[in-house]
Amino acid sequence: MSAIATTLTKNRASLGKAILSSPIIGPLAALLLACIFFAVMTPNFMTGPNFSLIMQQVMVVGVLAIGQTLVILTAGIDLSNGAVMALSGVLMASLAAQHHLNPVLAILLGIGIAVIFGAVNGGLLTGINLPPFIVTLGTYSIAYALTRIYTTATIDKLPKELTALGSTFNIGGTEITFGTLLMLLLYVITWFALKYTKAGRSVFAVGDNPEAARLAGIKTNRVLIGVYTVAAFTYGIAALLLVSRTGVGDPNAGATANMDSITAVVVGGTSMFGGRGSIVGTFIGALIVGVFRNGLQLMGVPAIYQVLITGVLVIAAVSIDQLTHRNKR
Amino acid sequence: MKLKYLAAAATLLPLFAACASGASTSSSSAAAGSSASAAPGGQVVVGLITKTETNPFFVKMKEGAQAEATKLGAKLLTGAGAKDGDNEGQVTAMENMINAGAKGILITPSDTKAIVPSIEKARAKGVVVIALDTATDPASAVDALFATNNFKAGLLIGQWSAKAMAGKTPVIATLDLQPGVTVGAQRHNGFLQGMGIVSGQSETSTDLASASQVVCAQDTHGDQTEGQTAMENCLSKNPNINLVYTINEPAAFGAYTALKNAGKEKDVTIVSVDGGCQGVQGVVDGKIAATSQQYPLLMAQKGVAAIVEYAKSGTKPSGYTDTGVTLITDKAQAGVDGKDSKYGLDNCWGTK
Repeated sequence: MSAIATTLTKNRASLGKAILSSPIIGPLAALLLACIFFAVMTPNFMTGPNFSLIMQQVMVVGVLAIGQTLVILTAGIDLSNGAVMALSGVLMASLAAQHHLNPVLAILLGIGIAVIFGAVNGGLLTGINLPPFIVTLGTYSIAYALTRIYTTATIDKLPKELTALGSTFNIGGTEITFGTLLMLLLYVITWFALKYTKAGRSVFAVGDNPEAARLAGIKTNRVLIGVYTVAAFTYGIAALLLVSRTGVGDPNAGATANMDSITAVVVGGTSMFGGRGSIVGTFIGALIVGVFRNGLQLMGVPAIYQVLITGVLVIAAVSIDQLTHRNKR
Repeated sequence: MKLKYLAAAATLLPLFAACASGASTSSSSAAAGSSASAAPGGQVVVGLITKTETNPFFVKMKEGAQAEATKLGAKLLTGAGAKDGDNEGQVTAMENMINAGAKGILITPSDTKAIVPSIEKARAKGVVVIALDTATDPASAVDALFATNNFKAGLLIGQWSAKAMAGKTPVIATLDLQPGVTVGAQRHNGFLQGMGIVSGQSETSTDLASASQVVCAQDTHGDQTEGQTAMENCLSKNPNINLVYTINEPAAFGAYTALKNAGKEKDVTIVSVDGGCQGVQGVVDGKIAATSQQYPLLMAQKGVAAIVEYAKSGTKPSGYTDTGVTLITDKAQAGVDGKDSKYGLDNCWGTK
């Protein structure tokens, strides 16, 4: 903390400049403008309970997007995350509610199946040198099918351990779910790991220039397998959050979650070409999508316009990224 | 690089401060908002959540709800899932509407079982929840249900088919909805019972009945393209199919295209459920032999009226209200009540 303070005073002159050139300044400005717009347009928006609600609504996609950010930072893509989440969620719900396994063990096994998928993704794309798009397209279909082979019926009557993250505590009259806290914690951990650990920095290096990274002594294959596996771990956590939020194991869940998570990453300013971006940006990206959906709903705007606006946001975010990047060359 | 993160942190701090202060200053008004029943200005807020935005059935439902809301001076909020089966999208819409002060919510559940815990949460907050068109599983999860009797809708086309196919041995394909949804099973089972080839079916089961006459059963999700694929596969399995039951008219049109491509459209009878304008036009054109028409506008109208009534008098709606179903066909069969396609077109939903 004191180190940060010292850095702050040393660089005060260039702080303004740094803010302007920060990759998250665009998304942040968009979020603030959106907040102001909806606060003016609808009286129910700028309230503690509503912000808590937005957090709950973005937490599943927000946690999926943590994994997706890591993957995209390596210039990869993960299309399998929503399907893997559905499989993981259905498995933990079914093991606990229908097979009466110890709920904690059921959760761990559910997360375990997600991690296995991540390791398979990483193994295939490094071992046989397949493009991430193709590998994860394949595992997407496999996870989707396995979920439905396992069950087509929604699983309910879950033990309380599985829905515990959906329960709330009260701060100043606002109910906040434990799941929201878990999401924030995961963001902080990822932020720290990306910035202060060797593994985190090698993620950027591999995404920026894999050849240079290899020459610099980074074991790029190991990094990639690690990234897809850690990413899949976050999908397992997302599955638990989803189960706790809806109170059921739903085989139809997560149908558009892969695209939603990519949207959050891209709107948050992370480059699809790898090596450039930030986890904080992804959090803001997820919030922007959530704020628009919530705000437009409160205003009574039909849901299809929310999709339209999300599309515009994606194009705008990528355009800004592309233009600023070109200027630097 | 380091500086960038610092800048990020520096810019984020005031945001959280702003949000936090916003939260603390207005939490009292929000609490008031959720306990008071009405939006600012005393207007009753009613939420309508459909399965999708685009299906004409739900568009008609929205029209009916909007007309009734305007008439009664209520404010209508609408929402939908991203696609049929998107439970979380519906949960999100419901939460947002409750936050917007909705006194009651009308919902056509995409997943009849998965939505139940969220409905329970809403009702615990004093919000009246009415299911439209599709019953929840269990049906008691909502205050009331305004819907077509889908078992009867199936029964009618089944009875009609039994008469129309008299003298022939039925070789049946069923193009169904998707597993685990009440509506799909009710129509399917009603149809088979109407045909007289099964009996004593439960009207609330989510399991599809089977019979030896049904040589092919495929899911279509009520989609035209999937309906075509399903019919093509069924024809590969058994080219002698002469009667096709379809969950709805888009699936029926898909089946018709497949049959036409195979040169069999004259030899096969297609029956369906819905009574949308395009579907009834299909009856006029001879593509669909008979369809059971339902009335989404009426469901929404009654739903909005019930919630406004609850807001004014405190009387909660309850139980099941049948919004009616009519067999539409131009080949009337003795002993089966029905109307012709002209009546169908006069009372249909969607774009003519």
